[in-house]
Amino acid sequence: MSEIFWWVIFPYATLVIMIVGLLYRFAFRQLTWAAPSTEFFEKKWLRLGSPLFHWGIIFAFFGHIMGIVIPMEFYQVIGVSDHLYHMGAVYGGSLAGIMTVAGLIILLIRKIIIDPVRVHATFADFYSVIALVIVAGIGTYMTVFGNYTPEEFDYRTAIGPWFRSLFVLDPKYQLMTNIPFLFKLHTLTAFGLFASIPFTRLVHFYSIPVTYPKRAPQQYRSRSQYQKKSS
Amino acid sequence: MRIKAQVAMVMHLDKCIGCHTCSVTCKNTWTNRPGTEYMWFNNVETRPGTGYPKRWEDTERFKGGWVLKNGKLQLKAGGPISKLMNIFYNPDMANMEDYYEPWTYDYQHLINSPKSENLPVARPQSMITGEYIDKPEWGPNWDDDLAGGSESVSKDPTVEKLQEHISTEYEKTFMMYLPRICEHCLNPSCVASCPSGALYKRDEDGIVLVDQEACRGWRFCMSGCPYHKVYYNWNTHKAEKCNFCYPRTEAGLPTICSETCVGRIRYIGVVLYDADRVKEAASVEDPQDLYESQLSVFLDPFDPEVIEEARKSGINDEWIEGAQNSPVYKMAMKWKIALPLHPEYRTMPMVWYVPPLSPIMNHITNEDDLNTDGYIPAIDQMRIPMQYLASILAAGDVKVIRKVLLKLTAMRVYMRGKTVGGVDAFRQSELLKEADTDPEEIEDMARLLGIAKYNERFVIPTGRREMDDDLYYQQGACSLEDLAPPEGLTTYASGRNTKPGEMVTFTSGGKK
Repeated sequence: MSEIFWWVIFPYATLVIMIVGLLYRFAFRQLTWAAPSTEFFEKKWLRLGSPLFHWGIIFAFFGHIMGIVIPMEFYQVIGVSDHLYHMGAVYGGSLAGIMTVAGLIILLIRKIIIDPVRVHATFADFYSVIALVIVAGIGTYMTVFGNYTPEEFDYRTAIGPWFRSLFVLDPKYQLMTNIPFLFKLHTLTAFGLFASIPFTRLVHFYSIPVTYPKRAPQQYRSRSQYQKKSS
Repeated sequence: MRIKAQVAMVMHLDKCIGCHTCSVTCKNTWTNRPGTEYMWFNNVETRPGTGYPKRWEDTERFKGGWVLKNGKLQLKAGGPISKLMNIFYNPDMANMEDYYEPWTYDYQHLINSPKSENLPVARPQSMITGEYIDKPEWGPNWDDDLAGGSESVSKDPTVEKLQEHISTEYEKTFMMYLPRICEHCLNPSCVASCPSGALYKRDEDGIVLVDQEACRGWRFCMSGCPYHKVYYNWNTHKAEKCNFCYPRTEAGLPTICSETCVGRIRYIGVVLYDADRVKEAASVEDPQDLYESQLSVFLDPFDPEVIEEARKSGINDEWIEGAQNSPVYKMAMKWKIALPLHPEYRTMPMVWYVPPLSPIMNHITNEDDLNTDGYIPAIDQMRIPMQYLASILAAGDVKVIRKVLLKLTAMRVYMRGKTVGGVDAFRQSELLKEADTDPEEIEDMARLLGIAKYNERFVIPTGRREMDDDLYYQQGACSLEDLAPPEGLTTYASGRNTKPGEMVTFTSGGKK
């Protein structure tokens, strides 16, 4: 029974909280939607920690897409052997993971020891950094020290299919029952983190300005158009 | 041709007494909330000096404004792609050290302190952390009136650029005041720097505003603006800037800084310009040509062709009339005595400055030199070096400054001559010829610069409400927006979708 809770109910519940929460915040709390930078207060440590963390987590994000979202069969078709994939995943993943965790730790220390940053950090700010440290820390530990060979455990045969099955509304929770504990923990903490996104600064992930390079440099808006937009 | 109207300002620096009333009233109106303590939408700088934030003119460090690269206009800090690569850390941004840590004093202690041997004192207290500060070490006008002269003058980027020894010895020193607000540029680099597209230029009046809902706090506007007039609110995590007091200007009132200016140095008016020509004008090769090319985008509001085009672009007659009576048009475009601040940033700033005349450096020993033409060499010996003025107001082109100063001097000599005699000599003089002016123009100038009343200094047509949507709806719903049915839900067929002369018929529940 608990398997159904953890691998069916919990993921759906957290995703629903995330989506509904994001929509609510976008619609009614637009003024709070920002990347709450503290660069104004402190630059030196941010210069090190912030790019390290952000680029690390971006690499990790694409790594997860490669491992979880793209089916194993795809790699077999294009001729990437299990060994080759595994090497790429371990080295690439370790690099991304270490960058992420190192960046996060720098940012967390900065948040604690730099006075203006600490004074204006909310509970949600600390929560999101610490939650990221936990999720990314477990993930990095698994990758760097886990030493799982594809023969012992390949998440592409278990977590990947399970994750994809969530989105076709046919959750194959049985796949998750026998995976190593750390993988379970990483997955569950990650879903917990997703649920918290609407309530923290992490919302800025959803406003990456991808359209910026395409738009005209100068923006004109007429007052009446603006009123129409906001009403 | 795409005509747009721009509300612009001229500041007559000769009349600025550096009282900071503009800054104080502006602050009381707009920036006395948590997160905005360090924001000075309006500030008054003593020049030479570091300015606010410290060394804001150091574009090599902050990378604000535009540059011409291979004949193409580009943001100095790099285009969108390089911005996105640097989005996690903006290397060019000024931080609190470059502004100052806002502080207050523990006034409560004066009231609550128990009886003691010594008088209680109000200790300075940081408004960021709430901690006591031993002693504040920098503030927005720390170098006001050349305080700390020899130290701060040498840190002025303009002085550095002059590569000339500026003496701060008591008898040779000079200073002037430079009040600054947002320039509401025609080619704003803050707008182009914003990844979210939250900054925009208003179609109706050219005021540059930040959409607080669209702003995501990426902070590229802060360093993208070479004048450093966009600020980051650390409390709301959004950008804020001078909004030209649009609630006042829409009602035809001058901005609060202008309204309260003690020296009456500020003038506000409308100018018409061709928006299609802005980019081209900002892209001329030689920075010293930028002043002239900026002037070339403005249109003569008396030209019937311009008037017709303006009407086609939706500019109404009140605004065209405003442009005709505009003090800004007269000073900046017609008489050419007002200059843009740092035209070399290529943003086409729209706050213009009449450079100050200053005392003459050397004693004039021979009294004959005080005749009309004796003033011509005197212009070159003014206490404020012309090179200094030129590097602030004319991209280093001394000729431009000299011309303006000659004109202003000619005005003084003529007006003096009117009371003490010498007008006839003046009419024949070299000064009049070199200044390229005539007595009528001088009379007009003297009136506007000297004695113009409120409604001559501020010619501000009211906001074009008639262009808003469905005024008929707003007639009953204004200030009841929460109660009234949303606009468009229930409406009468009227307003902008109705052609002039068309019968307005009542329909219920119809969407326009």
